[in-house]
Amino acid sequence: MEFAELIKTPRVDGVVLHRPFLPLVEGTLCLTGHHLILSSRQDNTEELWLLHADIDFIEKRFVGSSGTIIVKCKDLRIIQLDIPGMEECLNIASSIEALSTLDSVSLMYPFFYRPMFEVIEDGWNLFLPEESFKDLESMTDEWRLSEVNRDFSICPSYPPLVVVPKDTDDDTLLKVASFRHGGRFPVLSYYHKKNGMVMMRAGQPLIGPNGRRCKEDEKLINATLRAGKRGYIIDTRATAVAQQAKARGGGFEQEANYPQWRRIHKTIERYSVLQDSLIKLVEACNDQSHSMDRWLSKLEASNWLSHIKEILTTACLAAQCIDREGATVLVHGTEGTDSTLQVTSLAQILLDPSCRTIRGFQALVEREWLQAGHPFQHRCAQSAYSSGKLHGEAPIFLLFLDCTWQILRQFPCSFEFNENFLVLLFEHAYATQFGTFLGNSAAERSATLKLPQKTVSLWSWVNRPQEMEGFVNPLYEPNSLVIWPSVAPQSLQLWEGVFLRWNRSSKCLDEAYEEMVHIIEYNKELQKKVNSLRRQLAQLETEGSPLHTP
Amino acid sequence: MEHIITPKVEHVKLLDRYNAKNPAIGTLYLTATHLIYVETYNDTRKEAWILHHHISSVEKLPLSTSGCPLIIRCKNFRLLHLLLPREKECQNVYQSLLRLSQPVKYEELFAFLYNPKQNEQQRREGWAFIDTATDFNRMGLPNDYWEISDLNKDYEVMCSTYPSTLVVPKIASQATVMGSAKFRSRGRLPALSYFHRETKAAICRCSQPLSGFSARCVEDEQMLQAISQANPNCPFMYVVDTRPKLNAMANRAAGKGYENEGNYSNIRFNFQGIENIHVMRNSLQKLLEVCALKSPSMSDYLTGLENSGWLRHIKAVMDAGVFLAKAVADEQASVLVHCSDGWDRTAQVCSVACILLDPFYRTMKGLMMLLEKEWISMGHKFTQRCGFLDGDPKEVSPVFTQFVECVWNLTEQFPCAFEFNERFLIDIHDNIYACQFGNFIGNCQKEREELKIQETTFSLWPFLLKQQEWYRNPLYKRSVKSGPLRPNTLPLHFKFWCGMYNRFDKGMHPKQSVLDLLLALTQKKTESERKMTDLQRVSGILRFEYFHVTFKQNYGLTNKLRYINFKDWTQAVQGSDGFNVVIDQCM
Repeated sequence: MEFAELIKTPRVDGVVLHRPFLPLVEGTLCLTGHHLILSSRQDNTEELWLLHADIDFIEKRFVGSSGTIIVKCKDLRIIQLDIPGMEECLNIASSIEALSTLDSVSLMYPFFYRPMFEVIEDGWNLFLPEESFKDLESMTDEWRLSEVNRDFSICPSYPPLVVVPKDTDDDTLLKVASFRHGGRFPVLSYYHKKNGMVMMRAGQPLIGPNGRRCKEDEKLINATLRAGKRGYIIDTRATAVAQQAKARGGGFEQEANYPQWRRIHKTIERYSVLQDSLIKLVEACNDQSHSMDRWLSKLEASNWLSHIKEILTTACLAAQCIDREGATVLVHGTEGTDSTLQVTSLAQILLDPSCRTIRGFQALVEREWLQAGHPFQHRCAQSAYSSGKLHGEAPIFLLFLDCTWQILRQFPCSFEFNENFLVLLFEHAYATQFGTFLGNSAAERSATLKLPQKTVSLWSWVNRPQEMEGFVNPLYEPNSLVIWPSVAPQSLQLWEGVFLRWNRSSKCLDEAYEEMVHIIEYNKELQKKVNSLRRQLAQLETEGSPLHTP
Repeated sequence: MEHIITPKVEHVKLLDRYNAKNPAIGTLYLTATHLIYVETYNDTRKEAWILHHHISSVEKLPLSTSGCPLIIRCKNFRLLHLLLPREKECQNVYQSLLRLSQPVKYEELFAFLYNPKQNEQQRREGWAFIDTATDFNRMGLPNDYWEISDLNKDYEVMCSTYPSTLVVPKIASQATVMGSAKFRSRGRLPALSYFHRETKAAICRCSQPLSGFSARCVEDEQMLQAISQANPNCPFMYVVDTRPKLNAMANRAAGKGYENEGNYSNIRFNFQGIENIHVMRNSLQKLLEVCALKSPSMSDYLTGLENSGWLRHIKAVMDAGVFLAKAVADEQASVLVHCSDGWDRTAQVCSVACILLDPFYRTMKGLMMLLEKEWISMGHKFTQRCGFLDGDPKEVSPVFTQFVECVWNLTEQFPCAFEFNERFLIDIHDNIYACQFGNFIGNCQKEREELKIQETTFSLWPFLLKQQEWYRNPLYKRSVKSGPLRPNTLPLHFKFWCGMYNRFDKGMHPKQSVLDLLLALTQKKTESERKMTDLQRVSGILRFEYFHVTFKQNYGLTNKLRYINFKDWTQAVQGSDGFNVVIDQCM
């Protein structure tokens, strides 16, 4: 077992754990291959079980012969461990550093985790493309399921099965793939049942400095237009950025070659900028010494809420084009694996009520993020406490969850899930015992890592009734309408449930939530009792007939 | 009515800053009390009623091709951008509104015209509903340490802006009290505002001492000592000057200032750094400019929010209130609070502390009592601060608004601790400016008596209580009584109050109201419970009759049944074996 080599000191006694808003715990610290465990060995105090993978960064401090390790986690929590003995402390620190940055995915905890529960419904088989295509087929016959990418050779970041216009054959797709970044030819992302309009997504067209064109590409996307109708291309990059991309072989659809399309540029930042924004925001949230002015200026300087506003605005624009203008939409940025997915998935939450259910949201994450090739492994390798050189880490998915939370806050009765569900997804995207978010693409997940065979799906666990209970929004009333959130700055708020989660006591808010649940549950019960009394009464009235018979 | 030149203007456009392309078109009416805008759009007749007293400014912009623009800003933070078709009418409306929104005499205020069809008895009962004397009784006063003094009964000897009865330390002699009053700005001597029963610590309030650079006053020193000694649990007391130190020092040159720690025994003195009314007025002005920005970027908004300084001021008031509450509850120390005159910052800080310390003030009636006690009776100058009459604009300041916002922040942090919801706070705020009820008219009790407020106007409180279901917080838990509220006062816990300052921008707010939903559920709950009792009763009767008949048919015995009345029967059938029990009894 190679983990043993990394663990020089597996156990230290007399370690003191400090956590904000919780009492100190003194106990024994143990290191295992995947966990840091602190136990007071008393029955009534809880133990700390921390996945090494959840550790973002550690700091060491020494005073005399004892040391302190400050552990900064990817879920933004910060804990402090006081460890007696200089050598023990150094050993523990170096083990944690090594174990939390293992290179090989196959050494990650999900490959070792054995569920303590019975898997009733295997999450790996829940959201198969074939199944969702059946739903599409029942609504329209204009699309087909293509197997052109079955061995991932045309587009390594696409799944084996994709939905394309019916009249576009696989040869055309091959040509179009060579004209789109990463081989990401336009595929169907969403079909709007209400008016038959669609949203597609792709990588940027590779027009390059000489304005290369691809007739097949034009033909493919034109095939999705209704006669005489224009479509919208939403480019998630600013015009200048898209212009610059031409020099590097990329670019955007030229008006001359796509006369039936109107192109709109929005300004969703690239991943490195977003990562920087997250780091600044979390730093501002964690600094307790700020004056009001300093806090507001740091919040502003982090630009986090600006990104939220821009992403939501773009999603609203896409939804508006489809629902209000009755137009077809194609969304892309550069690669089509980050900002593109933020926009297409959020637009679906606005347009499609089923995405606001628990299962529907899981399906959305599966379809628009996992299958669509968002590189989770790269993006979530480090979180807000990352330092030094980054390798494509960015809170793209967290921004999506934050935007969803903003919509949920504005439509508190239209979602079947509550905030806890979103927080759960954030946690598991960064560190987890489940295999769902491992790897960067469908190809890696199924072919290379064989995750469905070797790991447990997060959905297998979440969908158990006893777990589900905690994620259900008691206020939920299915709302079949398209929802339009406000994107005014006054309407957007800092997501306290994530960013202030460890900096405040949640006692009073939890109490309020429980009270709300209680009111709703009590009412339901009361209603049930009234109904059953009514039934009894009706029965009595018929049984009581001897009263009226002589 | 003499100020209304043009009572009606047609084809007036109402511009919407989010939908500039499609302004509403409607008719503008001017009445004696209101400006009314009625939209003429298809069949929907949306109406906006704006009380003249709510108008804070009217601005006429230069004539444009589309019409004559008129911008009306309201004290309840509504902003109306109208476009009138003709210059002449616009000028007339402008002039009328200028005059109507700035009454020159008290008699012109709405409260003196308003007649809610109540008789004299109801009016008197309304005024008697909140009586500050009962609140002092509730605190357990008078007691061994504190007495209720009527030295100020004619408002002349000591302080014209204080109420006629004051709570002062029992051991302070009349000479001490009177002497202390002479040493305090405008005679506003130290008087008790809250007595904390558990710790016996008190919060007292006053104005700044007339200490200048070196003046002393033996009586004032004795007075502070008497306050300190009225608390057997703590050897010292705090003296809190809520002003920034620099302001307090500047006052010394004018013969005022702050307590010299060396002259008073066992006091701990500190400054709290809340800015003066002028800074607050400008801050709100800047905040409102941010709120009115047309499609601002996130950065514009956050930078504007920061530059306004508004949340910094709210935090300063909250911090000072928390300091008081901690001193009283944790250190068992009494506190004497003042600012300059002791009617603005002092009122804010004392009332925030009261809410933190005492769950009563977190109920609807309690908040009314607190406003009566700390604001109305202790002489917060509502007429000047809210600009009820045409007067010095430099006297206007959002002191009360800041207090309401502090309470709102507390309701956000403690969602189960308050009996009322946000609407209660907003409606009180608006009602103060509306001048429809007499409670807030005038600057002090003496003035209110001269105006015969209680004889000629109505009290707001019973009117609010009539709608208490609308103001209820469904999450309120009365049982929460464990010590004071301890709010987190880190900057990031203070939120911008969109529900107040952008209240009329409906699009900005959550589209579904959890509050309304929960209130509807609680109402449904009461209905269901009633229905259930009804059903249970009916089913009881039915069962009884059914039993009677079947029993007669099966057994032919009726004589024993005479002894079972319906009440016994219903009790007997509470158990599941109801039938058998009764039958056994009869056999």
